[in-house]
Amino acid sequence: MKSIIQSAILILIVSGILLFINAELNKGSKSGTGTITVYNWGEYIDPDLIKQFEEETGIKVIYETFDSNEGMMSKIEQGGTAYDISVPSEYMIEMMKEKNLLLPIDYSKIPNIKHIDPYFLDLPFDPGNQFSVPYFWGTVGIAYNPTLLEGQTFESWDDLWDPSLKQRVILVDSARETIGMGLNSLGYSLNSTDLGELREATDKLKMLSPNVKAVIGDEVTQLMVNSEAAVSLTWSGQAADMMYENEDIDYVVPEEGSNLWFDNIVIPKTAKNIDGAHAFINFMLDPEVAAQNADYVGYSTPNLSALDLMDPEVVEDERFYPDVETRSHLEVYKNLGLELLGVYNELFLEFKMDMK
Amino acid sequence: MNKSRLRSIYSIPYTAWILLFVLAPIALIVYYSFFDLAGNFTLANYRNFFTSVYLKLTISSFWYAFLITLFSLLIAYPTAYLITKTKHKQLWLLLIIIPSWINLLLKTYAFIGLMGLYGPLNAFLEAVGIGKQQILFTDFSFVFVSVYIFIPFMILPIFNALDKLNPALIDASRDLGADSWTTFRRVIWPLTTNGVKSGIQVVFIPALSLFMITRLIAGNKIITLGTAIEQQFLVTQNWGMGSTIAVFLIVFMFIIMLVTKGKEKGASDNGKAR
Repeated sequence: MKSIIQSAILILIVSGILLFINAELNKGSKSGTGTITVYNWGEYIDPDLIKQFEEETGIKVIYETFDSNEGMMSKIEQGGTAYDISVPSEYMIEMMKEKNLLLPIDYSKIPNIKHIDPYFLDLPFDPGNQFSVPYFWGTVGIAYNPTLLEGQTFESWDDLWDPSLKQRVILVDSARETIGMGLNSLGYSLNSTDLGELREATDKLKMLSPNVKAVIGDEVTQLMVNSEAAVSLTWSGQAADMMYENEDIDYVVPEEGSNLWFDNIVIPKTAKNIDGAHAFINFMLDPEVAAQNADYVGYSTPNLSALDLMDPEVVEDERFYPDVETRSHLEVYKNLGLELLGVYNELFLEFKMDMK
Repeated sequence: MNKSRLRSIYSIPYTAWILLFVLAPIALIVYYSFFDLAGNFTLANYRNFFTSVYLKLTISSFWYAFLITLFSLLIAYPTAYLITKTKHKQLWLLLIIIPSWINLLLKTYAFIGLMGLYGPLNAFLEAVGIGKQQILFTDFSFVFVSVYIFIPFMILPIFNALDKLNPALIDASRDLGADSWTTFRRVIWPLTTNGVKSGIQVVFIPALSLFMITRLIAGNKIITLGTAIEQQFLVTQNWGMGSTIAVFLIVFMFIIMLVTKGKEKGASDNGKAR
């Protein structure tokens, strides 16, 4: 009994000391202009830039990541953490606006907005960019490793259904991308609200089952890099990551069209340090910072001045910086509402249940 | 009088815990399951559960949970028995328990590497002459990794039951002319069924709602009730439907608890003479 009390006291003392040290450490850094909490996609920023930002402004950054727009939104909606910055995709910005989850942006504090390509401003999902500032953009397409294939190419989505690709295709675990691929292959809109079209797309996807090796998330990068998988449905920047580490890999957007997406920086309603959030946005739009970030992350930057600072070989690569003419064939997601999102997900579940 | 008051004071933490962290959440889940996306009261979620997709999902969840439990039991029972016969029981037991302290995700990622096309497992298969196989993203990999994860939880209760078994009973059985098989069937097994039952409970129920492993190891080719709940809450934001699936999961759990409830029959007192 005595020894139990002794060890309990010891534990209490040690915890007390740790708590004190922790509080002291946090106090030191709060001497600047406070902290901001950034909520971003995984692998979506150069960590060196966070350090640079902290040094330049004295604001401490708490960095958290998410892996789906929807998951991110439900956390912000519940408001447990005071996120000052988030980076949703365009259709999610539309939805968050509807739910009044965003704060308007004060452009007097963001002079660097002048560097952004006007093409990416004033888009239908956020007229006048009242609530969001462009961060990255990209496409959805097929990454493949020709050295593992017997000369197959992917001009069309239908090429994925080729019997020679048995057990070799990896799909992404996201309803809108995968069902969207089915819709695209039939020539329908990615934003289809027609239940008949959606049913047709799901049935077509089910015929792809024998070729599907797995339906996973970010783990696909490593599998492709290690030549473990030959073909995958993926986002352009993820493909860029793969190509950076394995030069054999190529990326293509099939000619029926695909998704063009934009991820923008927003200030959610949960923000506590609104000035700090503006400082962060302005910092990220600085041409040198944006160039370094784009170089690290691999997605396409909307920052015109940054493009001049980047490797011309990258910037002129049509696969990652398609020209305006090509972009006009691509389709941007619209917010379909929760009801239809449910339908998309139920069909996706049905497709996954059918695999094997 | 004084004693009973003291007892009611002691029971405060327990009652508060049960109310706040067990009963209240379950009540909330049941409550949410009656609402649709727009927040209207409805029974549609329950109707929806009985459509082909979710029924198929339930059946396949049960099938895989059954397989995982079966293989865990087949490996755990002989292992537990062996450990009770060794000299340093606690050490061997500790060696089996230690891996369960490591984070589940870390172990799962390790298996992705081990089972990959260029991983050590395939290198071995090739060296033996079988040739490379697709191991990852198959039924085999899913059941294997799940069994690996659950096995300590199956071994522990069985080990405890076997360890408490009075050796005199086995001697007596032998003296009365029973062979090893009969001794096992008539003496050891009946006296350890309670251990086996609690082992089945702690493996089968979590196995029904496994997620993450279904994506990382099975590549979403196997979907469990847990995955479906996660999707409903995080992606579709249909809390009503997610809660409805959770309600069914809770009902299934109660059924399993009832079926595997230990009958107080001799096991606890080891058949020692009283």
